[in-house]
Amino acid sequence: MKRGLEGPPPEDRPTPAGRRNKQGIRIDPEVEATHEPRRTVISALVEHEPGVLSDVSGLFSRRQFNIESLTVGPTKDEDRARITVVVEEPDPGIDQIKKQLRKLVPVISVRELEPDAMQRELALIKVDADDPAQVHAVADMYDATTVDSSPETATFEITGARKKIEAAVETFGQFGIREISRTGTTALARGTEETAAPVSATESAADEANHDEPYQTADDD
Amino acid sequence: MSERAAKVTQADEEEQADDQITDSAAPDAAQEIDAESESETTPEPVTSGAEAVVRALENAGVEHAFGVQGGAIMPVYDALYDSDIYHVTMAHEQGAAHAADAYGIVSGKPGICLATSGPGATNLVTGLADADMDSDPLVALTGQVPTEFVGNDAFQETDTTGVTTPVTKNNTFASDSDRVGNDVSEAFALASEGRPGPTLVDLPKDITNGETDREPDAPAVPDTYEVQERADEELVDAAAERLENSNRPVMLLGGGVIKGEASEACREFAIEHEIPVITTMPGLGAFPEDHELSLEMAGMHGTGYANMAITHCDTLIGIGTRFDDRLTGGIETFAPDAELIHVDIDPAEISKNIHADYPLVGDAETVVEQLAAAVDESPEATKWRAQCQQWKSDYSMAYDAPEDEPVQPEFVVEALDEATDDDTIVTTGVGQHQMWACQYWTFTEPRTWVSSHGLGTMGYGLPAAIGARIAADDDQDVVCIDGDGSFLMTMQGLSVAVRENLDITVAVLNNEYIGMVRQWQDAFFEGRHSASDYHWMPEFDKLAEAFGAAGFRIDDYDEVADTIEDALAYDGPSVIDVHIDPEANVFPMVPSGGDNGQFALTEDQL
Ligand SMILES: Cc1ncc(C[n+]2csc(CCOP(=O)(O)OP(=O)(O)O)c2C)c(N)n1
Repeated sequence: MKRGLEGPPPEDRPTPAGRRNKQGIRIDPEVEATHEPRRTVISALVEHEPGVLSDVSGLFSRRQFNIESLTVGPTKDEDRARITVVVEEPDPGIDQIKKQLRKLVPVISVRELEPDAMQRELALIKVDADDPAQVHAVADMYDATTVDSSPETATFEITGARKKIEAAVETFGQFGIREISRTGTTALARGTEETAAPVSATESAADEANHDEPYQTADDD
Repeated sequence: MSERAAKVTQADEEEQADDQITDSAAPDAAQEIDAESESETTPEPVTSGAEAVVRALENAGVEHAFGVQGGAIMPVYDALYDSDIYHVTMAHEQGAAHAADAYGIVSGKPGICLATSGPGATNLVTGLADADMDSDPLVALTGQVPTEFVGNDAFQETDTTGVTTPVTKNNTFASDSDRVGNDVSEAFALASEGRPGPTLVDLPKDITNGETDREPDAPAVPDTYEVQERADEELVDAAAERLENSNRPVMLLGGGVIKGEASEACREFAIEHEIPVITTMPGLGAFPEDHELSLEMAGMHGTGYANMAITHCDTLIGIGTRFDDRLTGGIETFAPDAELIHVDIDPAEISKNIHADYPLVGDAETVVEQLAAAVDESPEATKWRAQCQQWKSDYSMAYDAPEDEPVQPEFVVEALDEATDDDTIVTTGVGQHQMWACQYWTFTEPRTWVSSHGLGTMGYGLPAAIGARIAADDDQDVVCIDGDGSFLMTMQGLSVAVRENLDITVAVLNNEYIGMVRQWQDAFFEGRHSASDYHWMPEFDKLAEAFGAAGFRIDDYDEVADTIEDALAYDGPSVIDVHIDPEANVFPMVPSGGDNGQFALTEDQL
């Protein structure tokens, strides 16, 4: 048996009264204050260069951030692309996503969009067309455009908020859905507000300081 | 096949280049002489991508580089041949990365390592990951197969940027001979700007062989990379007020203090306001451990007094630390009463693990100076300081060393410390020996502790000693405290130390175990020593001699002092095979995820 160091054993030492939660936040000894995950949209303006999408998606998988969708496309400036990510995370996780994204060298700016931002998704839905009249009635209901039809199938294009597409998918379900392809959400801020204007490190730190404020949950349209 | 083709093209190009020179120089012999004498002051213009790469390094003031040759990187080596940059040929690329990493830690400037494509590049990966976790400035240049072969599984092809993305601060695939010099300049700037880290430029052979006359620009970071130097004044004022009103303040200095050259500012601040100081493992040397305000290192194997203080403080000023789990133990019980003032240059470190009440984003030195200016009154903490001193005596870091028992490792570490000056650089492998080095060496100066913290890479010690030796002042000693298992992993580096005649003293604390694993097996796996006893260890002193280094051996206490003296006096690499008590364990210990205040002092308290 090895001898050890001298000093009072653990049970004879004082223990402090305070406590922190799993996210490292100091809490009242009586109250458990853990942040629940919420859904939000993050928009990043990036240099349009090879590898940037894999840098971004790699960051998400490496850090185990929960992505719901990720879309990317060119902007009016051909040297820049916009990446729109929908995530579901507790607030400290959302803050980390924004800060970690900002650290990537090709990332120009990152912003979490307001819940009222315009959010759209495109879906292609191919259904059995045994009852064409019924199928087209449902399509009209969701402003879906017919993009292909055959004696057995009809394929529709729908754009809209995620909820609308989900509702459409569910309603089309009654005819038998053969295949679906969805793009994931893309988004822009409303009015004159810029979607992903550069945010200085000061602002992001101040962001951080107020992160106990209640957030509204992002909700498309 | 592809390599041969590339060689042929290279030869062709050289011929062409020769032709051009003769053509233009022929008409006027006098002009030629002029041009020659001029070349002493102004360097020759670059003619190839490889020369631009080397020129970028020269512009950045690079004096040393570490690496291993190979097909795809040959053009760069060819350009190095004419350069004043001193290249240290390593025995393994992992060693090149660790040496460059240590060079960066000791000198404060990015270390440079080179490797060829494929296996050369993959061998660098451990070293890159190590530098990334510890935020050490480093630039890696890797060869790559010619662009037209990329993606085709060509001979020695690896998707190097793909493989290294998660373990580098930034990496670039060079795609243009005219740009490649600037790619390297940018990589150099990015490695040390803001939060330092490793960067990599992957260099396809056709790009380095390709013609260019583009001189690289001076190192500069890209526009999209912004670093905030000064913290928000309002937050600084609020933090200062919090500190003034605290009664149990503690400063926690991390590796960022050393990297940000903030040790001096932190010392002045702590001493002026009489605030007890704790360091993290990477922060060793940021504050003199022989000062009475020092509580030394906190965390899993930190001192009992540091862990008591961190658990009971009411205000914690964390500077340049990322609150790693080896420091915090269980988050729920880490500094549970404390409001946290967190200073860091990387906003993403703020509230990553522990919520910061006062987030001060900025350069450590600048922010500490801001804070110093904002604090008018020292906190009233007389009782607290007395309490800390009490803990220091209650939980003193003492050990027994009975003459008739095997040599205790703590004794060896202390003897080495005593035999060397304060500015001696210590490197280590990973394991128990590393912890004893942290605990029993008295660190007083920044940039004297070179170890693998975040990644915990066995085999780091010897190559790091090589890099440190090359970066260190001539009159500074370099000592590597290694474990038998760690030393075995990279000891081929001895051949480099012998060839370069590097004055390094390696003390292998030989317990014929991979001791740290054995310690955990004793504590948590009922003493089942699965694959942890290494009773087939070579005799390291003889091995050293086989390499051409000096070998020494210690079995008893009465040999310790003299042998250490002889090994230090030897002008060149020396290895001491120190046979320590194989059962010795590291205490205090906070079991992982445990409460820092509940550290165990003995096995049965675990
Ligand atoms: C490359 C690598 N492989 C495995 C480990 C896991 N590991 C951590 S400590 C340790 C034992 C180290 O043994 P040794 O170098 O002999 O040092 P000692 O603990 O005996 O002082 C091992 C295997 C590691 N840290 N790094």
